[in-house]
Amino acid sequence: MVDARLRRPDFLTRRSLGVLASSVILLAACGQASNSGSSISAASAQSASDVGGMSSLVSAAKKEGQLNVIALPPDWANYGAVISGFTAKYGIKVNSANPNGSSQDEVTAVQQLGKTSRAPDVLDVGMAVALANTSLFAPYKVQTWNDILDAQKEPTGIWYQDYGGYMSIGYDSAKVPTISSIQDLMGTAFKGKVALNGDPTKANAALNGVMMASLANGGSLDDISKGVDFFHQLNVKHNFVPVQATTATVKNGTTPVVFDWDYLSAAHGKDVPSWKVFVPNNAVLGGYYAQAINKNAPHPAAARLWEEYLYSDEGQNLWLKGLARPVRMAAMQKSGKIDATAAAALPPVSGTPVFLSADQATKASAYLAANWAQAIK
Amino acid sequence: MSAAASTAIQRVGRPVGGGRRLPVSWIGAVPFFGYVALFLLLPTLIVVVGAFFSDSGLTLSNLTGLQKDFIVSAFVNSVILSATSALIGAVGGAILAYAVATGNPSGSFRRLVLSACGVLAQFGGVTLAFAFIATIGQAGFLTLWLQQHVVDIYAGGVWLYQLKGLVLVYAYFQIPLMVLVFLPALDGIRPQWREATESLGGRTWHYWRYVAGPLLAPAFIGATLLLFANAFSAYATAYALINQGAIIAPLQIGNDLTSEVGLHQPGLAKAEALVMVVIVTVVMTLYALLQRRTAKWLQ
Amino acid sequence: MSAVRARRLKLRIFRWIVFLVLGAFFLVPIGAMFEFSTRGVGEAAPRTLDAFVTIGQYPDLVGAIVNSLELAAITSMGMLLLLVPTMIWVKLRLPGISRVVEFICLLPLTIPAIVLVAGLGPIYLWIALNVSDSILTLAFAYLILVLPYTYRALYAGLAAIDVKTLSEAARGLGAGWGTVMWRVIAPNMSGALLNAALLSVAVVLGEFTIANLLNYVNLQVEVAQLGRANAAVSIAVAVASLLFVFVLLVLLSFVGRTRSHRLRGAQ
Repeated sequence: MVDARLRRPDFLTRRSLGVLASSVILLAACGQASNSGSSISAASAQSASDVGGMSSLVSAAKKEGQLNVIALPPDWANYGAVISGFTAKYGIKVNSANPNGSSQDEVTAVQQLGKTSRAPDVLDVGMAVALANTSLFAPYKVQTWNDILDAQKEPTGIWYQDYGGYMSIGYDSAKVPTISSIQDLMGTAFKGKVALNGDPTKANAALNGVMMASLANGGSLDDISKGVDFFHQLNVKHNFVPVQATTATVKNGTTPVVFDWDYLSAAHGKDVPSWKVFVPNNAVLGGYYAQAINKNAPHPAAARLWEEYLYSDEGQNLWLKGLARPVRMAAMQKSGKIDATAAAALPPVSGTPVFLSADQATKASAYLAANWAQAIK
Repeated sequence: MSAAASTAIQRVGRPVGGGRRLPVSWIGAVPFFGYVALFLLLPTLIVVVGAFFSDSGLTLSNLTGLQKDFIVSAFVNSVILSATSALIGAVGGAILAYAVATGNPSGSFRRLVLSACGVLAQFGGVTLAFAFIATIGQAGFLTLWLQQHVVDIYAGGVWLYQLKGLVLVYAYFQIPLMVLVFLPALDGIRPQWREATESLGGRTWHYWRYVAGPLLAPAFIGATLLLFANAFSAYATAYALINQGAIIAPLQIGNDLTSEVGLHQPGLAKAEALVMVVIVTVVMTLYALLQRRTAKWLQ
Repeated sequence: MSAVRARRLKLRIFRWIVFLVLGAFFLVPIGAMFEFSTRGVGEAAPRTLDAFVTIGQYPDLVGAIVNSLELAAITSMGMLLLLVPTMIWVKLRLPGISRVVEFICLLPLTIPAIVLVAGLGPIYLWIALNVSDSILTLAFAYLILVLPYTYRALYAGLAAIDVKTLSEAARGLGAGWGTVMWRVIAPNMSGALLNAALLSVAVVLGEFTIANLLNYVNLQVEVAQLGRANAAVSIAVAVASLLFVFVLLVLLSFVGRTRSHRLRGAQ
C-alpha cells in the first residue's frame, strides 16, 4: 500500500524522465555527445550497448565515482567481498547505508530520498517487495541476461533474481543434539532454544521459515496453517523464544537453533565452529532475492556497472562463496566457470526444491496476519 | 533611587493594561514557536494527516482498522508497561538522585555518577537487550549460577521476553534519566529549610510533608510524565527482546511500516501514531490536573 | 546535636546502600557485555582483545565519530540558545502558555522515531535539494529530539530559583535582557544547564533511527555497520562507544566546575 503523500515522487520522476529524454534528443541532434551527455544517457540506458559498450559504461561510471547501496550487510551472502571486489576492480567508492534494513526499508528510502544525491542507486529486495514497487525501477538487461531463466526475471528488465537458497534450521551441534527431522525440535533438549529470524508478518525469511515448517508437517504451499500450529506447539512447550536472533545471541548460546536461509545461517559458522545447517528432505523451500535499479539513481552509470559486475562470473562466484546459490549457477556449471570448491561447500540438499508463487505468498501472509500473534502468545 | 527604581520595576512587572503590552511579550516566544512549527508540528501534521489517507485517497479505513483486537491490546500493554516503568524509574531515580544530591556538590564522584547517568539514559536497543541477555538470559551467567545454586528462574518460561522482562530492562535507562531531570530540583533544597523546620519543632516527616515535598512535587510529577512518554515510544529495545507478535504499540507500528511480506500499511501506522499522541495528550491532561490538585492540598 | 549526628550517620548508610545496589544493577550487565566481547572463537578458545583491536582498523569510524561530535556540539548550543531564553521569557511574561510549551516539548517523545521520520522525510528532501546535503542538517531534527529531556532538566533548575525577583532586581539596576539572562539567571541554574547539555550530547551521540532512515552515517549507524563483522566485534564496538561517550561527558562536566565552585563559596 502506498499512500497519497508518497505518490508525489512518482509524478516528479515521470516529468523528469521526460526532461532527460528531450535533452538526450537535443544533444544527439547537435551531433555531439558531451561528457555530461554520456551520464544522461546512462540514466535511460537499458543495456550496456545503449551507452556504447562496456568500456563506455565503465568510464562513465568511473566519472561518477560513487555508488549508493542500501541494506547490504557484509556478512549477507558475502556482500562484504562483493563490495570490496567492485571497488578494487573499478575504483568506485561504495556508500553502504542502513545495513540492517529490510526490503521495505530500501523502497521507503528510494521514495523518501527522491532525487537527492544520497538516494540508493540499486536495490536487492525480496520478491514480494519487488513485485509491489515496479514503478520505481528502471529497466536494464545485463550482458549475461540470457543465462537467467525466464521465470526468474521480468521480461523488460525491471527486476531480475540474483541469488537464493533454501530455508534451513541452523543449530549449534555443541549445545543441542543433532537434528535429523523437524519433530526433534519438540524434545526437552530444545527447551528455550528455538528462534525464528524475525516475525513472519514482517520478515520474508521468517515467513518462509513458517512455510517450511508447514511443508515438513504435512502442509502445502497453499496451506501455512500446519506451520503456525507447529510453532504454537513449540511455544506451549517453552521451546520457542521470541528474542531476536543475532550473531551475538547465537554465539552466547541464547538462540542455538535458528530458522533461516541456509546461506545466512552458514555465516554463523564464523563465530561458532560447531554450527551445522539442516534442510529437511521433505521440505526444500527455496527463495530468491531480486535486483533492481532506481529510476532516480544519482549515479546511473555506476548502478548499471554494479549490475554488470554482480552478474559477471566474478560476482556470481563471490555470492557462491557466501554459500548462496547464484541465479546463473546452472549456466556457469555448463560453461565450467563455476568456482568448484565453493559449489562443493554448499549444504547438501536432497529432495525437489519448491518455490512460493506471489499469490501463495500473499495468501500465507494474510493467514499469518490473522493468526500468528495469537499462536505464539 | 526609589523613584527611578520603582518605575523601572513597574516596567518589568506583569503586563498591565493588556493590549499594548501583549504583542511585545509574544515576540520573545516567536523564535521557539517558529522553529518548532517547522520541524516538529509540520512533521507531526504530515503523520496525522497521513492517517486519513490510503492509496485510494481520503478515507477512514485506517481508523476503523484500529479496532482489531491485537491492536487494542497492543495499546493497553503499552500503557501498562509505560506506567509501571515510569513509576519504578521515578522512585528509583529519585532515591539515587537524593543520594547524589546529599553528597559533595563539586566532588568527582558526583561528576562520574552524572556522566554515567547521561550515558545510560540513552543506552538502548539491541546492545542493551544483549547486555541483559548475557546476564539473565537463558545462557546468562547469573541465570546459570542461580540454576546451579538456588532456583531455575525460567522453569515456567522465559519471562525476560515478556512484559515483565521489558519493565526490568527499561528501568536501566529510566532511572538514570530520572536522576538527570530531577537532580536540579533536589539541588535547590537549602539546608536552612531543614534547620527552620527543626527550630519550629518539626521532625523528618514534617519536613518532607510540609516543606520539601510540596516544593519538589511539580518537578517530580513532571519527570514521571517524561519517563512515561519515554517508555511509551521506546522501540528498539523491545524489538530486540520480543521480536515476535508485536505486543506493544511501537512494535505494531514498526510492523506496519517495514513489513516486507505484503503487510506494509503506512496509513495504519500513522493512525496508530495518532492514537499514541492522543494517549499522551490524555496523560498530560491528567498530569496538569494532578499538579493543580497537589499544589492545593500541599499548601 | 546527637540527633543531627545520628541523622548524618543514617544518611551515610543510606547513600552507601543505594550506590552499592544500583551500582551493581548498572555495572553488572556492562561487565557481562565486556566479558562476551573478549571471548575467542570456539568453546575452548582463550580470551582475547582482538575484537577491540579490529575496531581501530575501520577507517570510516573516525569520520562517523567526527560527524556525531559536530552534531552534538551544534545541537546542545542550539538547544541552550533556543530553550533557555524562551523558558525564562515564558515564566516571566507569558505564564499562560507555559502548559503549551510543556506539551510541545513532550510531543517529540510521543511519536516513535520510525514514524517521525515519515513526517520529517519531505522536509529533509526539501533541505537536501535546496539547502545542503550535509549530515549536519540532522541538527535540525536532533534539536527537536532533545527538547523533552532538556526541558525537564531546565524546568527543575528554573523552579529552584526565584526568577522573577532576580530579573526585577537586575532590571531595576539597569540591566538589559541579555545581561539578565546571561549574567544573572544562567549562573544560578548552572547545574540544570550542565545536565541539559549532558543530556543533549548523550542523546545525539546515541541517536540511531533518524540518521539511519535518512541514509546518513553517524556514530551509531557506523557502530551497527561494524557490528555485522562478527559477534564479539558487535558487542566490543558497543562497549567502546559507551566508554567513549562516558569519557566525553566527564570532560564536559568540568566546564561547569569553576562556576558552581565560586557560587558555593559565596554562600
